[in-house]
Amino acid sequence: MALRLVRSVTRSRFTCAAKYMSTTVGSGEFPGGQTIPFVNKIVVVDPKENDVIPAYRVLDQQGKLVPGAQVPEGLDEELVVDLYKHMVRLNQMDNVFYDAQRQGRISFYMTAFGEEGTVFGSAAAIKPRDMVFAQYREAGVLMWRGFTLDQFANQLFSNCDDLGKGRQMPVHYGSKELNYQTVASPLATQIPQAVGAAYGFKLAKEDRISICYFGEGAASEGDFHAALNFASTRDCPVLFFARNNGFAISTPVKDQFRGDGIASRGAGYGIPVIRVDGNDMFAVYEVTKKARELVLTGGRPVLIEAMSYRQGHHSTSDDSTRYREVSEIKFWKDTNCPINRMKLFMMDKGWWSEERDVALKDAERSNVLQALTNAEAKGYPDAHTMFDDVYHEKPKHILEQEKEMLEHIAKYPDHYASTGH
Amino acid sequence: MSRRSLYTAATERMNMFTALNSAMRIAMETDPTAAIFGEDVAFGGVFRCTVDLREKFGEDRVFNSPLCEQGIAGFAIGYASIGRTAIAEIQFADYIFPAFDQIVNEAAKFRYRSGNDWDCGKLTFRAPYGAVGHGALYHSQSPEAYFAHTPGLKVVIPRNPVQAKGLLLASIRDPNPVVFFEPKSLYRASVADVPVGDYTVPLGQAEIVRPGTDVTIVGWGAQMRVLEETCDMAEEAGVSCELIDLQTILPWDVDTIEQSVRKTGRLIVSHEAPKTGGFAGEIASTIQERCFLSLEAPIQRVCGYDTPFSLAHEKFYLPDALKNFEAIKKVVNY
Repeated sequence: MALRLVRSVTRSRFTCAAKYMSTTVGSGEFPGGQTIPFVNKIVVVDPKENDVIPAYRVLDQQGKLVPGAQVPEGLDEELVVDLYKHMVRLNQMDNVFYDAQRQGRISFYMTAFGEEGTVFGSAAAIKPRDMVFAQYREAGVLMWRGFTLDQFANQLFSNCDDLGKGRQMPVHYGSKELNYQTVASPLATQIPQAVGAAYGFKLAKEDRISICYFGEGAASEGDFHAALNFASTRDCPVLFFARNNGFAISTPVKDQFRGDGIASRGAGYGIPVIRVDGNDMFAVYEVTKKARELVLTGGRPVLIEAMSYRQGHHSTSDDSTRYREVSEIKFWKDTNCPINRMKLFMMDKGWWSEERDVALKDAERSNVLQALTNAEAKGYPDAHTMFDDVYHEKPKHILEQEKEMLEHIAKYPDHYASTGH
Repeated sequence: MSRRSLYTAATERMNMFTALNSAMRIAMETDPTAAIFGEDVAFGGVFRCTVDLREKFGEDRVFNSPLCEQGIAGFAIGYASIGRTAIAEIQFADYIFPAFDQIVNEAAKFRYRSGNDWDCGKLTFRAPYGAVGHGALYHSQSPEAYFAHTPGLKVVIPRNPVQAKGLLLASIRDPNPVVFFEPKSLYRASVADVPVGDYTVPLGQAEIVRPGTDVTIVGWGAQMRVLEETCDMAEEAGVSCELIDLQTILPWDVDTIEQSVRKTGRLIVSHEAPKTGGFAGEIASTIQERCFLSLEAPIQRVCGYDTPFSLAHEKFYLPDALKNFEAIKKVVNY
C-alpha cells in the first residue's frame, strides 16, 4: 500500500512536467544536481489544484472490511482480541482518572478518547526495541509495551514509586526499560530529538527505528520543520507519526494550516507520506508496519498522518463545548469510534460477545480503581529528593540549598506537615 | 593527567582553534560514538576548528547540518539520549537563541524530569562568543548569563589554548550537558605550547592565574587578557592584584573566590556582557553574603554597558584595562 502511494506521488510529478511540455524550452542544471525544465509561460503551481492525499482504510464505520480489503497479515484472533482489550483498558483508565481529577484527587489529566485505534494500531506494528518519542496523548503505546496500571497511577499521583520521582505533571510518562522517552510539555521538541536518536541507531547499525508522535497543532512548531529537514538530509530511520484529530486545544485545523493537512508537507522535504484513517486500527497497524519496513529498507524517514477526532476535552483544564458543538462530539462518538468499530468487527467474526464486553469493561474499571487506590495510599517522594538528578552528581551549591531547606522545614514542621511529606 | 605530568608532556605550538581541534580529534579517537555536527563543520568550520576531522573520521561522524539551530540542538539531545556523544556547534553564540528552548527546557531538564531514567549528559554545545573588533550586534555577544540561570547545564569558557583543550575534553566527557563558549578573538591570537596528548582540566574549578594581596579580580575567557594588562598597570602603581579565571560559569567555584576575598578584602568582577543581569551580579551578591565582614570596599562590576553591541562604538563599550584600573583605584582608595 505504502509503496503504491509513493509511486503514485512520483508519477504525478511526471504528469505535472508533461502538462507544461508544450511550453518547455530546454532545461538547466542547478547546484545539487537538480535539472529544472525552463518554460516560456509563467507557471503558477497552486497546491489547491492538487489532488487530496487519500487515507487508507480497511474497516468501514460498521466494522466491515471495505471492498478488496483483508484482515492485515500478522493480526490473528488472539492478537486482535488482545488489542481490543487494551483499547478498553485505556478507555476505562481515561474514564476513572478523568473523574479522579474532577474530584481533586489528582491535579491534571488528559484523555485519549477517540484515538485508541491510532495508538494501539501503531504500537502493535512496531518492535519493542524501537524508540518512542511521544507528545502526551499516546499512553496507549506505553500500555501496549507493558506499563502497568500501577505504574500509570504512581505517575499520576506523583508518589514515591513514580519512575519520574513525582517531578512532572500527570500524564508525563516515560520508561527507559520500555524504550519510551519521558514525555515533556513543550510541544514538538521531541521531533528533532527522535531524528538524532535515529541517526545514532543508523551509525550503530542497529535494526531499530525511532517513532515520533505529535499532533497536527505541534506540527506548526519550528521543531517540526527542523526535524523533517534533518531527517531527510541525514537519511535517518525515523517514522514521523502525526495524529490529526482536528483540534489543538480550541484551534480548529482551518486556523492551523491551509495546505492538505500534515501529509502534504512530506513532499517538500523529500519524505514519503502515507495518510490513514486513524479510527481504523487495522489500517493504522498495516500502514505503520509498512512504513517501518520502508524506513529500514529505504534508509530514510517516512511520515504518516492518521486522521481522527479528539472526542474528549483537550485536558481537564479545558471545556471543549465552548468552541465546538456537543452534537459534533456526539456524531463522532456514535458513528466513528475506533473501539466500537473493532467490537463490531469482532462480533461479526464470532470472536467477541456482548457478555464478554460488559465483563471486560467491569473488570478493567475495577483494575483501574484498584491501581488508583494503591497509588493514592502511597506517600510522596521525600522532600530532599527534589535536589537529586539536576546533574549527574550533586554540586556543592545544591547540597547547600538542600541542607538549608531541610533545616527550615525542621524548624517549622507543622507548617509543612500538611503537604503529606 | 596530573598537573605535573601535564607540564612535562610533549607539547606543540598551537593557537586556540588548533588546540580545540586537537581536543576534538582525541575525543573522536577515544570514543567511537562521538559525532561532530553543525553548520559548515564538514570543510573545517568557519573558524577552522574542525579542519581535517571529516577526512579522518568520515562523513558519518563529522557532517554539516541544515541551517537551523533548534534542529542542531534537538538532534544533539536525541543523539545523546541513547548514550552517544554529541559535539554540536552553533556558529556564533549570537545564534544560539533559536536553540534556547531545546537547551533550557529539554537538555537541562532531561535527567531531572525522568527521575534519572533518561539523560542527555553526553552532549556538548560549542559556540564562538565575545567581541572581535567589528562584530557589531550579532557576532559579539556573550550570552553566558542566560544559561547560568538554568539548573542542569554546565557553562564553560576557556582563556587560552592549553585551558581550551583540557576544558573541552572535560566538557565532552562530563556526564552533563555543557555549553562551551570559545572566545573567538583568541582563535588565532592566543598561542601557547599545548600538550599533544590526552588531558582534561576539571570543570567547576577556578584558577588563580596570578596571586596577589590587595584586590581580587575575577574574569573569564577573552576578558582574562584585558585583566592581565590591568594587573600590570596596578603593579606599576604599587597595588598587588590576585587574578582569578573562573573557567566554569555554572556551577561556579565559590570557595576559591571567597578565600581570595577574605584575604584581599576587595573584589572586582569584569565581563564583556551587559552589566544588568550579568554573571558578575551573581558573584558580587554571593561574595557579599559570605565575606561581609572581610570587605573593605563595595564590590565593583566592570562590564559591558546595558546596550546592544554597537559596531562603531566597540572601543567605548568594552570593559577595557583602563576601566578596570579605575575600579582598582576606587576600591583601594575607598
